Amino acid sequence: MNADRRATEVPRQARSPEAADTGPHATGAPGQARSPEAADAGQHTASQASDAGRSDARRRAAEAAGQVRDPEMPMLTLADLGVLRGVEVERDAAGGEVVIASITPTYTGCPAMATMRDDLVHRLNDAGFGRVEVRVVLDPPWSSDWISERGRAALRAAGLSAPGPAPRREGPVLLTLSGPPRPAPACPRCGSAATRLTSEFGATACKALYRCTDCLEPFEHVKEI
Amino acid sequence: MSDEHGSVFDGLLGGDSSQWAFGTDFEDPLAGVDTTTPGGVDPAELAAYCLMLGDDALIMSQRLSEWCSRAPDLEEDIALANMALDLLGQARLLLARAAAADPGVVPALPEGSPVPPEDALAFFRDDRDFRNVRLAEVANGDFAHVVVRLLLFSTARLALLERLRTSRDQVLAAVAAKGVKEVAYHRDWAGRWFLTLARGTEESHRRLLAALDALWPLQGELVAAHPLERSLAGAGVGVDPASLREEVEAVLDQVLTVSGVPRPERAPLAGVGGRTGRDGLHTEAMSRLLAEMQVVARAHPRGRW
Repeated sequence: MNADRRATEVPRQARSPEAADTGPHATGAPGQARSPEAADAGQHTASQASDAGRSDARRRAAEAAGQVRDPEMPMLTLADLGVLRGVEVERDAAGGEVVIASITPTYTGCPAMATMRDDLVHRLNDAGFGRVEVRVVLDPPWSSDWISERGRAALRAAGLSAPGPAPRREGPVLLTLSGPPRPAPACPRCGSAATRLTSEFGATACKALYRCTDCLEPFEHVKEI
Repeated sequence: MSDEHGSVFDGLLGGDSSQWAFGTDFEDPLAGVDTTTPGGVDPAELAAYCLMLGDDALIMSQRLSEWCSRAPDLEEDIALANMALDLLGQARLLLARAAAADPGVVPALPEGSPVPPEDALAFFRDDRDFRNVRLAEVANGDFAHVVVRLLLFSTARLALLERLRTSRDQVLAAVAAKGVKEVAYHRDWAGRWFLTLARGTEESHRRLLAALDALWPLQGELVAAHPLERSLAGAGVGVDPASLREEVEAVLDQVLTVSGVPRPERAPLAGVGGRTGRDGLHTEAMSRLLAEMQVVARAHPRGRW
C-alpha cells in the first residue's frame, strides 16, 4: 500500500476533535518555538510589505506542513511527534519562494524518513508551494519529551501508551540487568496499573510491547528516549 | 476498481516521484547537515575513521539481520531486527559522512549509476577495504552466541559513542548523541539475556560459556587503538578505544559477576603480521558475508529500486 496515500487519507476519514489541526496551534510547529533562526526570520527583508507577504507564506507553509501525519503512527502529525523542527520560507537569488522544512529522525535507522520527506513535499506542493526543500537535522537528537500534549492524547485515544519523562543522564549510562526499565505504564485500554513488559522492542523502533494482566490485552508503549 | 481511491495504478502514471512510498530517487541522508571537515584534520583520515565506525555498525547489522525469522520467539526476533535497524541507520550516516569528507574512498561505478555514495561504500567495496572489527563479522551461532556478541559489541560501542558526543566533527557528534540512546537499549537487552541464560538451565549455561569462550578472543580488538584512531583522538575528532578499556571491562565484569560466570582466560586472536580488521585483514567469514550482502547490488550497478 502506498504509504503516502495512507498518511494523507486516513485522517480525512477518521477525523477526531484533536486531529482537527487547522487552527492556530497547528502553525505553532515545534521548530518555530525552538529554532533560533525562526525568531529573526523576516528581519532582513527590504520592505514591510514583503515582510508581511513572507510571514503570511510562512504561516501557510507551516499550516500545510503541520497537517502531515507520521507514516507509522498516523494518529500523530509530524509536528505533534516533534519530528518537524521548523518551516521557513526563503527567497532564492531569482526571488522565487522556497519552503525549507526541517525534520529529525526519531531513531537513526528510522526507515520512514523518505516517506516523511515525500509527504511534506507533496502536501506543500498541494498548498501551492512549488519548491520545497526538506533538510535533516541531527542535532540535538530527538527526544520523546518533544511529543506534544495533543500528540499524547492522540496516542492514548488510539490505544497506545504515551512516554513518561525521558531519562536525564549525567555521566556514563548505567547498565540495568534486573528490574523494570521504567515504571510500569498504565493500560491505555482499561487503565489498570497491572501491566507487564513483553519486549523492549516493538513493531517500530520507538515502541516497547506491554501486556495488561487485568484486561489481558497487549499494547504498545512509546519509549522514553 | 472504482472507489474514491481510484485505481491502485494511478500513482504509476504521473511523473511525480513524491507519490511513491519511498520515492523513486535516493536522498542524501545528510541533506542540509554541515559536513565541513574540522580545521587541522586530514579529510582522508576522517573518512577512514568514519569507515571504521560505520563498518562496525554495517557488518554487525548484517549479522543481526540474518537472525530475522530465526530467533527463539517473536519478541526476540523483533528485538534483533530493531537493533539491526538502529545499527544500519548509524552505518548509513557514518558511510555518508566518510564519502562527504573524502569522495576518494567511494568506489567508482559505471556512468549513469544512481547508487548513492553510502551504498557504493557498502555494496561495492572488497573485504580488504572494510575496516570493521572481526567480532562483527564472524558467522552466527546459536542464541547464546548473538547474546554474547551483542554484549561485547554494544558495551564497547556505547562507551565509545558517549565520548564521541563531544567530537569536533558535527556529524560524528550528532550520530554519537543519538546512538548512545539506541545502543544503551542493545546493551541492556544483551546483559539481561546473558543473566537469564547463565541462571537458566544446564543447557543454556553450557551454551553461554561456549559462546563466551569462542568470542572472547575477539573482544580485545574493540578496545585496541589503531594509529589512525589515536591520531584523530589527538585532534579532538575521534576516540582512542584503548582509553575505554577500563570502563568496558568494568561493565563486562559486572555482568559476569552477577551471572556467576568466570571471566574467560582466552588470549586475543592475533592479527596477520599485527594487522587486524581495522587494517582490512578479515576472517574468511567476512568474504562470505559480503558475497551475500553485495551480490544483488553488484549485479545491477545501474539498477533503480
